[in-house]
Amino acid sequence: MTDGTPNLERGAVLTPDVLVVGAGPAGLTAAARLAGRTGADVLVLDRADTPGGVPVHTAHTGFGLRDLHRVLSGPAYAARLAGAARAAGADLRGRAMVTGWSGPRQVEATTPDGLLRVRARAVLLATGARERPRPARLVPGDRPQGVLTTGQLQQLVHGSGRHVGERAVVVGAEPVSWSAVLTLRAAGCRTVLMTSRYDRAESYAAFTVPGRTVLGVPVATGTRVVRIIGRGRVEGVEIEHAATGRRRTVACDTVVFTGDWVPEHELARAAGLAIDPGTLGPVVDTALHTSEPGVFAAGNLLHPVDTADGAALDGRHAADRIAAWLAAPGGEGPPLGPGVPVVAGEPFRWVAPQLLRPGGPAPPRGRLLLWSDALVRVPRVRVCQDGRVLARRRLPWPAAPGRVFRVPFALLSRLDPSGGPVRLALE
Amino acid sequence: MTDGAGCAPLPTGSEVEADTDTDVDVAVVGAGVVGAAIARELAGHGLSVAVLEARDDIGDGTSKANTGILHTGFDAKPGTLESRLVREGCRLLTAYAAATGIPVERTGAVMAAWTEEELAALPGLREKAERNGYRRCELVGAGEVYRQVPALGPGVLGGLTVPDESLTCTWTTTLALATDALRRGARFLLRRAVIGADPGAGVTRLRTAGGDPITARWVVNAAGLGADTVDRMFGHDRFTVTPRRGELLVFDKLARPLADRIVLPVPTARGKGVLISPTVYGNVMLGPTAEDLTDRTATGTSAEGYAFLRARGERLMPSLMREEVTAAYAGLRAAADRDDYLIEASPEQRYVVVGGIRSTGLSAAMGIAEYVRALLADAGLVLAARTDLPSPPRMPNLGEAFPRPYRDAERIAADPAYGHVVCYCERVTAGEIRDACTAPLPARTLDGLRRRTRATNGRCQGFSCAAAVTDLMDRHRSGGCDASTEPGGTTR
Ligand SMILES: Cc1cc2nc3c(=O)[nH]c(=O)nc-3n(C[C@H](O)[C@H](O)[C@H](O)COP(=O)(O)OP(=O)(O)OC[C@H]3O[C@@H](n4cnc5c(N)ncnc54)[C@H](O)[C@@H]3O)c2cc1C
Ligand SMILES: Cc1cc2nc3c(=O)[nH]c(=O)nc-3n(C[C@H](O)[C@H](O)[C@H](O)COP(=O)(O)OP(=O)(O)OC[C@H]3O[C@@H](n4cnc5c(N)ncnc54)[C@H](O)[C@@H]3O)c2cc1C
Repeated sequence: MTDGTPNLERGAVLTPDVLVVGAGPAGLTAAARLAGRTGADVLVLDRADTPGGVPVHTAHTGFGLRDLHRVLSGPAYAARLAGAARAAGADLRGRAMVTGWSGPRQVEATTPDGLLRVRARAVLLATGARERPRPARLVPGDRPQGVLTTGQLQQLVHGSGRHVGERAVVVGAEPVSWSAVLTLRAAGCRTVLMTSRYDRAESYAAFTVPGRTVLGVPVATGTRVVRIIGRGRVEGVEIEHAATGRRRTVACDTVVFTGDWVPEHELARAAGLAIDPGTLGPVVDTALHTSEPGVFAAGNLLHPVDTADGAALDGRHAADRIAAWLAAPGGEGPPLGPGVPVVAGEPFRWVAPQLLRPGGPAPPRGRLLLWSDALVRVPRVRVCQDGRVLARRRLPWPAAPGRVFRVPFALLSRLDPSGGPVRLALE
Repeated sequence: MTDGAGCAPLPTGSEVEADTDTDVDVAVVGAGVVGAAIARELAGHGLSVAVLEARDDIGDGTSKANTGILHTGFDAKPGTLESRLVREGCRLLTAYAAATGIPVERTGAVMAAWTEEELAALPGLREKAERNGYRRCELVGAGEVYRQVPALGPGVLGGLTVPDESLTCTWTTTLALATDALRRGARFLLRRAVIGADPGAGVTRLRTAGGDPITARWVVNAAGLGADTVDRMFGHDRFTVTPRRGELLVFDKLARPLADRIVLPVPTARGKGVLISPTVYGNVMLGPTAEDLTDRTATGTSAEGYAFLRARGERLMPSLMREEVTAAYAGLRAAADRDDYLIEASPEQRYVVVGGIRSTGLSAAMGIAEYVRALLADAGLVLAARTDLPSPPRMPNLGEAFPRPYRDAERIAADPAYGHVVCYCERVTAGEIRDACTAPLPARTLDGLRRRTRATNGRCQGFSCAAAVTDLMDRHRSGGCDASTEPGGTTR
């Protein structure tokens, strides 16, 4: 970035043991664990006013099952995680936007109290993911008001208490899309149609069936939005049924683009970290260590997008690996050696983590995460290396677009640490 | 939307008769970059000026949606008015930008030839540049083109460099000129579309939608896409505007290292082609398309436009296509059925038309303004350069290459609002949003705010910040009148 950097030298310099960028479920959980268990000096910076990440604005319930073993609303969950991090002794700062790097493990930040420079022994990037907005999806047409993403919708409704519209079309039918429907309903806006480009709605059946009946929302599958109509305010969308090419116009005053996640990878890229072409997040090993020594990553930055508890458990895992790194002789772990790459085969778009370093731990929760571009109800996973089949296993959960697919790490137990890439695919 | 339209911006018709013969010396129709530049120029010469604008903000027409290049005019048609005014406008705007803080980044351009035909055209283009008074173009080989822009796709045969083509911010330029005009006493009457003209003896009455008529001694028509319509209100029939749509894709800031200068296409018989350009905001842009339409409001984007741009992009710079698209938009060039600007005075009607300002109006605006002033003087309007001019406004910097508040420790120390980043992707602070909402020509809509601060223009398009930005704007936007529509700015 070519910004002129005036008066920079006047900023304060902080030197915590660990800097966590992002106070979402991943960052907060890591901070609580590190500060609580190791007594490390942990600083958490988040650009938002309130710590907690996305759940801060997700009013409905459904958070915390796997990490806190209870189910909470988003704001309650966020508050609990932030409270735990503070109680453990972590220093949480809001309105603190990390704007770039000025050295290895050294960042620049802007806060109302002035500019900060933070030099840490280890850095955890937990910057989350965002939904692709309409322009990134290249949806043509007019450019009226009333075109949103779920993130924006949530904040407008729950943060600012705004009225959105009367009739919405929700683009996407994955879990976050139903969250959008709930938020719309809370704001008095009826969802007249959901569209999914897949032949089957990508959400859990458990969500879709009651969703359809209770919320009364029809889902147009195999369908994409081909045009936005309306000057000033949205008046409708034109949709196309992929198989038949048939088009029709649906009247609405609000369009919510949901899902289609992309990680907030700006800092990761600015640091020159190796980036995975599938996730678009940093490449990590099973310790969640990136390609840069002492820089770790966790949460949806690595796998856009998993549930919040998944991100939190990533954070817990990263905390233990960071603790180990800090405890190594010399205060820094050994140089990062090469490893065996893990790659995604059909029908997967990506896999995370992407690197198995010798002596590395199992990944968080003992699972590799993958993203499928097709619905396979009875998936049979095949793990290959150098033309050799390492494992074949039928898994009892479907592979479906719109949510991560988990593969037990044990399937890789026979891999050759000096061999070529390990490929995971469905048969 | 609350607005100033109800705030009695001008005396009513009866008051006019009772009070004076006319409301203003000059009415300028259209508050695009050209109208704003003209208003500023005339208000600097002892005239009372009112700018009538159909839309609810200044710079909300073609001037908001262009490629933001400050052209040298090297490739204009030699001998035309356009050639002359782009050259002069470029010089004037460069100096004005330095005085007001409009960001200008002199990246230079390289024109890349991909076919033998294009390669063969380059020497002629250099000659043409010289006939346009621009002598710094150089012919370079393919190796040099790739050295300058390594990310270009394979197949470049050679190039022509244009070291002075620059990036600027069209929004800040229009706002600076308009704010300056306002300081000099001009009034901006928004939501006042001119729907009819009654030229009379010594005074013209302009009928407006959304308000009372305005009477003016002189009228300057700078109505962009509507200039031919307004021209017909004066009984002329000399040109027709064809809206020529240009669609553009703006790529993520992370793509900026791919293009550190403008990559121009070689114009050929088969059209002008698309360019790749860094933007002054730190992004990379691909476009524009060129498509003649009939609908003068068709600023939507099209599937065909996207497909065309993506196909061209794949050839020009494949790595750019792997980056995220941040924004897509379309602008309408006001193409006239002639090969030059149409700027003419009708002294008997005390009327000047400024038409056909198609694809160079940002660069030429200040040159056009001087030219219009000279035409008015020739036509008999008494002009005297004021000696009591207020200083030009100092504009908030939207340019990525220049200091912005979020990195300015001193500013933050003096006012913590400049350290509170609200729009993360574009790093816009609460202080800047407040300033834009309380400026002399304030932001009244989210779109207006975008153009004044960059807020919500970034890669998330409001995923993280739109609600907070809207809340802040509402807080700062007091319901009452604002300076732009307040009476009393007239100097006579
Ligand atoms: C509408 C919606 C509904 C959802 N519903 C559920 C649900 O019911 N149950 C569930 O389990 N999950 C749900 N999720 C998913 C869940 O919210 C995410 O999985 C979780 O928030 C990911 O956590 P994270 O820590 O990786 O990232 P995030 O929560 O995205 O947090 C990232 C944080 O990093 C900060 N940040 C980023 N860049 C910077 C920077 N440069 N400087 C400073 N700070 C920075 C951000 O401000 C943010 O606070 C939902 C998501 C959405 C969008
Ligand atoms: C895609 C594209 C790329 C371009 N790139 C460049 C570039 O890189 N560099 C460059 O120098 N130029 C460029 N241009 C050209 C430049 O944008 C225009 O020449 C310039 O903006 C014209 O300004 P204007 O004030 O004449 O018109 P406008 O900005 O359109 O202003 C005219 C105003 O008049 C108002 N109006 C119309 N009718 C009436 C009425 N009856 N009553 C009241 N108000 C009325 C309109 O609402 C409008 O606000 C580009 C144009 C396009 C479309």
